[in-house]
Amino acid sequence: MDGAVMDGPGLDALERALVNTLQDGFPICERPYAEVAARVGSDEATVIARVESLLARGLLSRFGPMYHAAQMGGALSLAAMEIPPADFERVTEIVNRQPEVAHNYARSHRLNMWFVLATETPAAQQDTIARIERESGYPVYNMPKIREYFVELKLHV
Amino acid sequence: MNARDDFRPLDDTDRRIIQATQAGLPLTPRPYHAVAEQLGVAAAEVMQRMQRMLDLGVIRRIGAVPNHYALGYRANGMTVWDVADARIDELGERIGQLPFVTHCYQRPRHLPDWPYNLFAMVHGRTREEVEAKATLIAEALGTASRARDILYSTRILKKTGLRIGA
Repeated sequence: MDGAVMDGPGLDALERALVNTLQDGFPICERPYAEVAARVGSDEATVIARVESLLARGLLSRFGPMYHAAQMGGALSLAAMEIPPADFERVTEIVNRQPEVAHNYARSHRLNMWFVLATETPAAQQDTIARIERESGYPVYNMPKIREYFVELKLHV
Repeated sequence: MNARDDFRPLDDTDRRIIQATQAGLPLTPRPYHAVAEQLGVAAAEVMQRMQRMLDLGVIRRIGAVPNHYALGYRANGMTVWDVADARIDELGERIGQLPFVTHCYQRPRHLPDWPYNLFAMVHGRTREEVEAKATLIAEALGTASRARDILYSTRILKKTGLRIGA
């Protein structure tokens, strides 16, 4: 496993170039894949096939426009709970059952469950939190962002 | 598109474009034309509307999201910091510029249980790598950091994309 990690996930040079360049942005034009192909020294059909393959192999988790939930009128928050280990599976089921919960992670901390809530409105966010608290019997620590700081979004592979 | 157009709120056509593309862009030579055809809208209009949403920040960017875990970045550490509220914007901007920080937010404290107000997500191949990066964050924060912790994800319990309803 360590060897596999060190050797990387089996990307060839073109795939590395695509993963790196596609994080920078994808053009809005008639033939955007052809434009990307020119950037990485390939051709349109190959670029499309490789992006398809990177997605199918799970090396890219998404490809397309990233929408900003708050700008669409929705509300996004990060919330955490402290769940005793014996009750963890039951509460996981309750939290995951909520369609508003987009991601849920177990984390190494006293607050051991962390999830992202995506709702159409702030009121719906409060409703979902109240429902989780009622059904689970544990408090939810709601941590909606106050500010987001600009990041250099780039993983070099 | 004139300047007044920039202040127009999202309309039904914008929402239909969002719904048609939020799972991803078609992998065909003319992806915006494919979306346009699906919606019965002119391709030029789809491109113009998407460009406007990009300019407005409704679309953060168009592109690829790498799967850090699959690409060998197996350690995902949420570093959290307690910094003075008066300096948090200056410090948040500084931490967000570090090349290995993928998200950086100010969030509310929940005293006394949760004293941290600055969150910076760090990915590494190993926990040692994440810890080395957290040390660089600590150096960048200096004495402004009063307390810190790193929360590693130990299990993905649920992962679906963000969706807006129909």
